[in-house]
Amino acid sequence: MTEPAQRLIGKTGKTANALELRDLSVAYRVGGRNRAVLRNLNLSIGQGEAYGLVGESGCGKSTVALSVVRYLPRNGSITGGAIALDGQDVMKLDAEALRRARAESVSMVYQDPGKALNPSIRIGRQLTEIFELAGISGQAAEDRTIAMLNRVRISDPASVMQRYPHQLSGGMQQRVAIAMALANDPSMLILDEPTTGLDATVEAEVLDLIAQLRQELSASILFISHNLAVIANMCDRVGVLYAGMLVEEGPTDAVFNDPRHPYTVALLRCLPRGGQRKDQGRLDTIPGFLPGIGADIKGCAFADRCALATERCRTEPPPLYDLADDRGRRLSRCHYHEQAQSLPRATPYNVALPSRQAASPAVLRVEGLNKTYGSHGHLLRAVKDISVSLRPGETLGLVGESGSGKTTFARLLLGLVPPDEGGMIELEGKALAPRLESRSDEQVKAMQIVFQNPDSALNRSHSIRHLISRALKRLAGLSGAALEARLNDLVRSVRLTERHLAVKPRQLSGGLKQRVAIARAFAGDPRIVVCDEPTSALDVSVQAAILNLLADLQSKEDVSYIFISHDLGVVRYLSDRIAVLYLGRIMELGPSEDVFAGPHHPYTEALLSAVPKLDQAETARIRLDGEIPSATNPPSGCVFHTRCPRKIGPVCETQEPPLNEAEPGHSIRCHILYAELARLQNKVVQPEPA
Amino acid sequence: MSATDSSATIPAPAPNDANRRGPLAEVFFSLLRSGTFLTGLAIVMFWVACALFGEHFAPYDPLADDIINALAPPSAEHWFGTDQIGRDVFSRVIVGSRDILTVAPLATLLATIAGTALGLFTGYFRGIVDDIISRILEAFMAIPVVIVALLAIVALGTSKTTVIVVIGLSFAPIIARTVRAAVLAERQLDYVAAAQLRHESALHTMFVEILPNVIPPILVETTVRLGYAIFAVATLSFMGFGIQPPSPDWGLSISSNYGMIGGGFWWTVLFDAIAIASLVIGVNLAADGVHGAFND
Repeated sequence: MTEPAQRLIGKTGKTANALELRDLSVAYRVGGRNRAVLRNLNLSIGQGEAYGLVGESGCGKSTVALSVVRYLPRNGSITGGAIALDGQDVMKLDAEALRRARAESVSMVYQDPGKALNPSIRIGRQLTEIFELAGISGQAAEDRTIAMLNRVRISDPASVMQRYPHQLSGGMQQRVAIAMALANDPSMLILDEPTTGLDATVEAEVLDLIAQLRQELSASILFISHNLAVIANMCDRVGVLYAGMLVEEGPTDAVFNDPRHPYTVALLRCLPRGGQRKDQGRLDTIPGFLPGIGADIKGCAFADRCALATERCRTEPPPLYDLADDRGRRLSRCHYHEQAQSLPRATPYNVALPSRQAASPAVLRVEGLNKTYGSHGHLLRAVKDISVSLRPGETLGLVGESGSGKTTFARLLLGLVPPDEGGMIELEGKALAPRLESRSDEQVKAMQIVFQNPDSALNRSHSIRHLISRALKRLAGLSGAALEARLNDLVRSVRLTERHLAVKPRQLSGGLKQRVAIARAFAGDPRIVVCDEPTSALDVSVQAAILNLLADLQSKEDVSYIFISHDLGVVRYLSDRIAVLYLGRIMELGPSEDVFAGPHHPYTEALLSAVPKLDQAETARIRLDGEIPSATNPPSGCVFHTRCPRKIGPVCETQEPPLNEAEPGHSIRCHILYAELARLQNKVVQPEPA
Repeated sequence: MSATDSSATIPAPAPNDANRRGPLAEVFFSLLRSGTFLTGLAIVMFWVACALFGEHFAPYDPLADDIINALAPPSAEHWFGTDQIGRDVFSRVIVGSRDILTVAPLATLLATIAGTALGLFTGYFRGIVDDIISRILEAFMAIPVVIVALLAIVALGTSKTTVIVVIGLSFAPIIARTVRAAVLAERQLDYVAAAQLRHESALHTMFVEILPNVIPPILVETTVRLGYAIFAVATLSFMGFGIQPPSPDWGLSISSNYGMIGGGFWWTVLFDAIAIASLVIGVNLAADGVHGAFND
């Protein structure tokens, strides 16, 4: 670990691959039957290579990770094939050798660092323990721990070691988890969605760290993620997993820029990329569903969802065609791989929305809204002095890291949480009572919400029919035949069918559940629908369909959205205007295009820079140091000054800048003059390769 | 809308065995596979059958005395012997399940209904309502059931109804506590906020939205309470405040015969005691099974 960094490139160095899976089949026993999850999976990772595995939920990504160390859940079993780590057959290891392999050569980092760390043991103890297992003890173990924490760029290891996991932020916890994983100098590092639960700025830091560590360590990496952009930025090669099979494999940039399997093609098209907006057209979607686990697949697993599929695809399982060219080895499991990119769109692109920037009066006006929570004697200002307005048919996007007050703001609007005295919420010209109970039925039905998590938002005891018809009864005041007719309309407009009505939410997939939630929100012809991260729990193909649906409903019903999301691509697709929140304050507010194109607030700039992008026009990176300050004790002056890369001096620490209107409709809360921001940001936006 | 037509057909959920059954059906099937539950159920059903049909297959009239044969030890004629006035112990044990199996389940049912209502109210309204009611319930729970029962029965007179009400109300706070905890967790879920955003009444939200989702802990708590209720009824009967003579009730029989143990007439007490124990064990095994089925 302490020896100088050496990086073995791919095929050179040792002869054996770091990881080799040959015809690996894994099954889970469910309901008394073995159901195939991985089907004859072949995969090899060279020494020092970073291999990305992408795919939608349920395709078997995590099962691959668990199989490598034979860590499958009790109902899982390896039904065929071989796994070799550094040429050593994992299947043949006895319990002791397996334990040693897990302890010495493979390390895993999971999605939720909070669960990977023991909550009741100090960080230092948890780390030294690993060295003690390796036979190093006392002061030496302590020194190694400090070195390890330094290595994961924790600047104050001594104090971090004294702390308990809950006293660290998510990003710090993940650093510690990575430090633990690296402690035994593994030859194989498995990262299973290591940044999925983190904010964009923190994710960027952790990804930077992993990239730097790759330069220093000799470990090979298996990087599992549903986020194509993360894989694109981190990995040499990528494999696309579908229904437990590799459908495509090759060098990362080749696969993402020149995909040769219709599934990869379709997946890439689902993402709102390159600043695509709702008025420019719809996102593409992938019709249908992933085959269920253990499904009997006759031909190509993707055939049912593929517009290119022919009879041959349905009957003859395609082999992994080798498409090797000068860019390296490429594989595609498609009979028609050379036509893959001609895959017709599942959703037509057309549909230009009428642009309605007409001067219609605002449907919602918010003036000086505040929310303060008392917490252990401290005051927590969750929302501070927010004023915005919303026009009919307009979408206001709210972005910001967790803790920025996005959701609190939404709940204040809805009346689920009463705001502090003094603020004003006005719906169609009439002031709204602070509490939901004191609002009129009309006002309540005019503002509805689509929650983030449909499992929590839909009552699991009720049928879909009950859920929607209850909303129609209460919000639209319908009953009898009229209700039935409207129910059918509504169900059709969110593209569900009659058959879905009889079932309970748990029998539907995440995307379908979210459609039910949308139908319910639209039951009373609302004027405003708050969408609180409605697609964050969904796969990209499903996300695209939901975003299209929201855009369609908006153009049809002229409803306004308040759209909360941490995914800037998604916000950009749907929003007309954007408010950037930080510690409960609006830092920037303006038309979506202006906010994205800049000049923007330094915080917006950092947020945009943090998001991993598929389109490799990498701009200079701006990384925010440190953590989001606590809202109970916000920094003096400009609340962003502690992390601001463009801080100009003491004025930032002493005076809170006002939200200045820089251009008509575009306001920025910064001491730096607009023209100066433009100059600064244009300078940096130019090349300087990262 | 042309953009939407192509995706207009979303197939209904693929038939998937894991999804085909509802959650309660799932629990039911898992109960059928649980040895613990089935054993408990068999014991309880045995006593239920005795309560319902015992008088038809009991060899003697459980109330008929036969002084000549008083205190006869177990024999081919009297399997479990006879008591002080010559009544057949075997017949009395069989028929003796009737009263306890009426009173204990009804008391538990009362406790469940009252406890569920209290738990829903305190968990739903939280705040001051919760504080006041919960403190009162806690104070109530601090007094031993038997003392409350004795006072109530002395004041109200002895009858089965009194026993049911007293035990039911004593157990209600315990069930309320369980229900409250479950309701507090449900209260955080967004479907409750969604109900508020439809201006649903509090009663609707509590009983139609939340209640169906807290059924599992209620069922578990009810079966556990049933075991305690049987115990409580037997105790009260033993002390003379529960089921009254001439019922062949187990607790009552033990109470009237335990003085005889010293004289070596163990059979007048032992079989009733075993009956009580087996019924409680049966109920507890079943409760264990129910708990396991809901928490797998």
